[in-house]
Amino acid sequence: MSELLPDDPSRSDMPLLQALGLTKRYGAFVANDAIDIEVDGGQIHALLGENGAGKSTLVKAIYGLIQPDSGELRWQSQRIVLAGPAQARTLGIGMVFQHFSLFENLTVAENVALGLDGSESFNSMSARLDQIARAYGLPLDPRREVWQLSVGERQRIEIVRVLMQNPKFLILDEPTAVLTPQEADQLFTVLNRLKAEGRAILYISHKLEEVKLLCDTATVLRAGKKVAACDPRQETAASLARMMVGTEVKQVKAAGTRRTTVPRLVVNDLDLAPEDTHGVRLQQISLELKGGEILGIAGVAGNGQDELFAALSGERQVGEPGTVIIDGIACGHLSITQRRRLGAAFVPEERLGHGTAPRMRLSENALLTGHAAGDMVHHGFVDAAATLRTVDRATETFDVRKARRDPEAASLSGGNLQKFVVGREILREPAVLIVNQPTWGVDAGAAAVIRQALLDLADSGAAILVTSQDLDELIEIADRIAVMFHGRLSAPLSRAEATREKLGLLMGGSSIVDREPIHAAGA
Amino acid sequence: MDLVEAIILSVLAASTPLLIAATGELVTERSGVLNLGVEGMMIVGAACGFGGAWASGSIVIGALCGVLAGTALSLIFALMTLALAVNQVATGLALTILGTGLSGLIGAGFVGQRIATAPHLHIPALTDIPLLGRILFGEDAFVYLSLALVIGVWWFLYRSRAGLILRACGDNHASAHALGHPVLRIRLLAVMFGGACAGLAGAYLPLAYTPFFIPGMTAGRGWIALALVVFSSWRPGRLVVGAYLFGAVTILQLHAQGAGIGIPSQFMSALPYLATVIMLVLLSRTRRGGSTAPAALGTVFVPDR
Amino acid sequence: MQLVLEKRLEQSRTIALVSPLIAIALTLLTMSILFILLGKNPLLALGVYFIDPLTDSYSLQEIAVKATPLVMIAIGLSLCYLANAWNIGAEGQLLIGAVAGSWIAVKTQGTDAGHWVLPAMLLAGAMAGALYALIPALCRVKFGASEILTSLMLVYVADLLLDYLVRGPWRDPAGFNFPTTAEFDPVATMPLLIDGGRLHLGSLIALFVVVCAFVVLGRTIMGFEIRVVGAAPRAARFAGFNADHLILLTFAISGALAGLAGIIEVAGPIGHLQPGISPGYGFTAIIVAFLGRLNPVGILIAGLFLALTFIGGEQAQITMKIPLDVTKVFQGILLFYVLACDSLILYRFRLVSRQVTHGLG
Repeated sequence: MSELLPDDPSRSDMPLLQALGLTKRYGAFVANDAIDIEVDGGQIHALLGENGAGKSTLVKAIYGLIQPDSGELRWQSQRIVLAGPAQARTLGIGMVFQHFSLFENLTVAENVALGLDGSESFNSMSARLDQIARAYGLPLDPRREVWQLSVGERQRIEIVRVLMQNPKFLILDEPTAVLTPQEADQLFTVLNRLKAEGRAILYISHKLEEVKLLCDTATVLRAGKKVAACDPRQETAASLARMMVGTEVKQVKAAGTRRTTVPRLVVNDLDLAPEDTHGVRLQQISLELKGGEILGIAGVAGNGQDELFAALSGERQVGEPGTVIIDGIACGHLSITQRRRLGAAFVPEERLGHGTAPRMRLSENALLTGHAAGDMVHHGFVDAAATLRTVDRATETFDVRKARRDPEAASLSGGNLQKFVVGREILREPAVLIVNQPTWGVDAGAAAVIRQALLDLADSGAAILVTSQDLDELIEIADRIAVMFHGRLSAPLSRAEATREKLGLLMGGSSIVDREPIHAAGA
Repeated sequence: MDLVEAIILSVLAASTPLLIAATGELVTERSGVLNLGVEGMMIVGAACGFGGAWASGSIVIGALCGVLAGTALSLIFALMTLALAVNQVATGLALTILGTGLSGLIGAGFVGQRIATAPHLHIPALTDIPLLGRILFGEDAFVYLSLALVIGVWWFLYRSRAGLILRACGDNHASAHALGHPVLRIRLLAVMFGGACAGLAGAYLPLAYTPFFIPGMTAGRGWIALALVVFSSWRPGRLVVGAYLFGAVTILQLHAQGAGIGIPSQFMSALPYLATVIMLVLLSRTRRGGSTAPAALGTVFVPDR
Repeated sequence: MQLVLEKRLEQSRTIALVSPLIAIALTLLTMSILFILLGKNPLLALGVYFIDPLTDSYSLQEIAVKATPLVMIAIGLSLCYLANAWNIGAEGQLLIGAVAGSWIAVKTQGTDAGHWVLPAMLLAGAMAGALYALIPALCRVKFGASEILTSLMLVYVADLLLDYLVRGPWRDPAGFNFPTTAEFDPVATMPLLIDGGRLHLGSLIALFVVVCAFVVLGRTIMGFEIRVVGAAPRAARFAGFNADHLILLTFAISGALAGLAGIIEVAGPIGHLQPGISPGYGFTAIIVAFLGRLNPVGILIAGLFLALTFIGGEQAQITMKIPLDVTKVFQGILLFYVLACDSLILYRFRLVSRQVTHGLG
């Protein structure tokens, strides 16, 4: 693939792509609010922001996947309206998504071919693939099957697939989210090469250290608005973090100093290999949680939170009993039902399909976790009235809005279903509650109810472990906060120490002075 | 001709319907659809095939009738599972039950009739070579067609872009859809091809294997074909091996019965079915890559809008 | 124009009740067309099929007798299907159960055995059916082999075993070389409920099974586990339910019920063991299970309905020369319509104009 010619328009000082006043609404929610952004050729432009800041929406509009409600897009200073990704590709815009569209049991060459339009012969495409891959230092054996490849290698397929269409403008969405540091370094080499060829790159990330190393310029989004444009090389990671998460001091709901009691949940050196090649390996995870205490675990999704939940809940048994101790009883080898009998309760991240059976009624879903201990089952017979009582109590205590007394789980809105799922566990008066993403995808009102419920539960003496991507939430309710990164858990920071900047750095993989270094990408 | 030659010829004949039906189902399953109705489509193909040949006096027309009958039944299956997102297992079973009943109805008038079976190839000098002559150059059209079919399917799946897209649909229909490929349309064509093959395989039985039609003459061959697809790890090359192996087991146990070994005939007749069970057990251990089924096999696909 | 499926917010309960009726109506319509094609008067034929058998006491009893194995087997199958385990080999389990129970009958023939014989036969039939069904279940749980194919292959094996036994070691020496055992002794026969009629104890057993299933599925934790494992496997794991154990359990129960149905048929209406003791009950039961929407009460009604069509079909063959295969066609078409109409429970059908959707391609 040739370099762009010296007089190619994208090499001039004229911006290659501009978005002016781009706005996109989903109902009442404003995902993008009059965003201006400009990307030039020969530049790596970072798009920074926390989850939910609007980065994905913006790039989907640029790629033609969604239509903005107002504002315009300009390509080489000409106004364009994109009917779809195919048109974007003809212009020369390519995108590497965070979630790959790959086929496990097909070869690399076949995967690439499926993403192209098939106008060239398979053999010539295969040769071109090999050439491009090698030219960019992205070695790929065209004949290997995808299931054998690491995540980094899979991403190479996605990248090469895009490069084969000779794009002038390349969008990458969180490309290093699941890469090892070495794989990330290889990626940066490629990106720098593309930049030297005069192409433009829009690089979405929240990892500040690598953005500082890689990017020439950055646009920072927060809550749908563009809040800053800067040169990341002139900034510190701390200042970037402040731009991303804001410096307003939010009022923490003063729960007072809670009385903490004995350790109710102890994890000792938990080590667990992932169930499949996409998973994250847990390494040497240790924590201690006392009654009356809320421990928050921050971190971007995909750093081992799901695996940790499975290990703590008992969905995956760890073998060594002493790895997980609940109320003094070693239970690493016990099933989830046995752990529930010990007084543990669990709320998984995925409420439909995991936390509940979507097509079953709420009373049946109450039975799902309630059968282990309590009054729902007598001699093998289900006490339907008891399950309905739980539904009623959850409805009343947690303000669950629904169309009838006992509807199907799938018919509730996200917020209301989450209130039910959290509520049914809290009503069991657990000793230990482990909850993953308690307010993900939930409206503000329901989120407030859930957080207050967690605080109240802690007040009553339970130990609560909350994993969340929402820093504000953790700062609001947690007594201590630790950060998960690449399957490891940092030492917990106390509420006083856990500033947004420190947490942002840990989440991005940076180390904190005088702590055991957590592996930083590119550092 | 001597015994060895006779056995080999009968193995070829016994294996051919299995090979044809299994090849069609292999394509269907590679696209991600599990069609359990093969037995039903085969038996209807048998009835219509015989009827067509008997009425027209032409084997070719009979074969075509069988093909059309199988395809028509497969369209019902496609409508249910692809358009209406109905569970594939239940629909396949319904198809078998319907097909069995329909074939009885259609074939009722043909019981007791005879036709001239498909002629065998005869090339002077070549066919007369001892042993190999008849095997290679003396078969009926169906046998050659079955091998051509397998080779054609192999080429389609592994050497053509359309075949690549079909395999992609069976591997991950969500990714295929995200890349813009028409998953449902491809599956429809694959199902129809499977139906055509099953119909042809069924027609083979009264047109070439025996010169008459008996209700239920497929005797479970459709189900064996399904098992053979599993045995072949969804690869055409291995399918040929499996079909001929199975045909060999069937024929050999018949000869063993005739040879007066002390084992009761029913036990010998049960051997092919027991062999299938054992084969399924040995080969189904889920292993990553290679021998696993198309990942999206049997799952419902409703494109989101 | 394009047919598009939209997932409903909640399963439609009205459709769930009404869909079997719509399916039956559509089937009757299709069958009328078929009768016309066969050159028969459709109204007359439908009358012979569905109305006449209800008009006299003998055929009413016959319906109950025919429904007995259908309902029993279908209940067992419904447990498997609810757990997403596909037992297709009920026919084979029925035959093995018949063989096992008959073994006791044959061994005690002519001796002065007491009334323990019949209960022992029933128990043997149930246990043998359960064990036979565990083979495909274990193949799936331990080796991941398709239970559909393994259970089906075993049907042929069971059929051949039965054939061997009645032509060989168990053949009635005084039976003029017919492949059948001697008539069972009275102690080895199902007692009749109505003297001189056909209704026998088996029908009461079937009713009892229906009631048990109703209670288990609707009221017990085991029934709940079965339903969750099939409906939401990940939620079942979260609940602590063991999918493998449930597959083994449902197959064992289903095999036991099929085996029990088998020996009841042999010890009841037939009275001796012979090939062809079942006109495909194990397969028709699959239709009964789906038609009854995997619900015990629904299965009872569906079983009676299909039994009605068996009797009607036999009558139609005699009086109107309509081939027996028409009954099978009817059953197949009915199952298709039931499945299609059931799709409406989960999805709404919409016809939309083919918009220029921006393909992701």
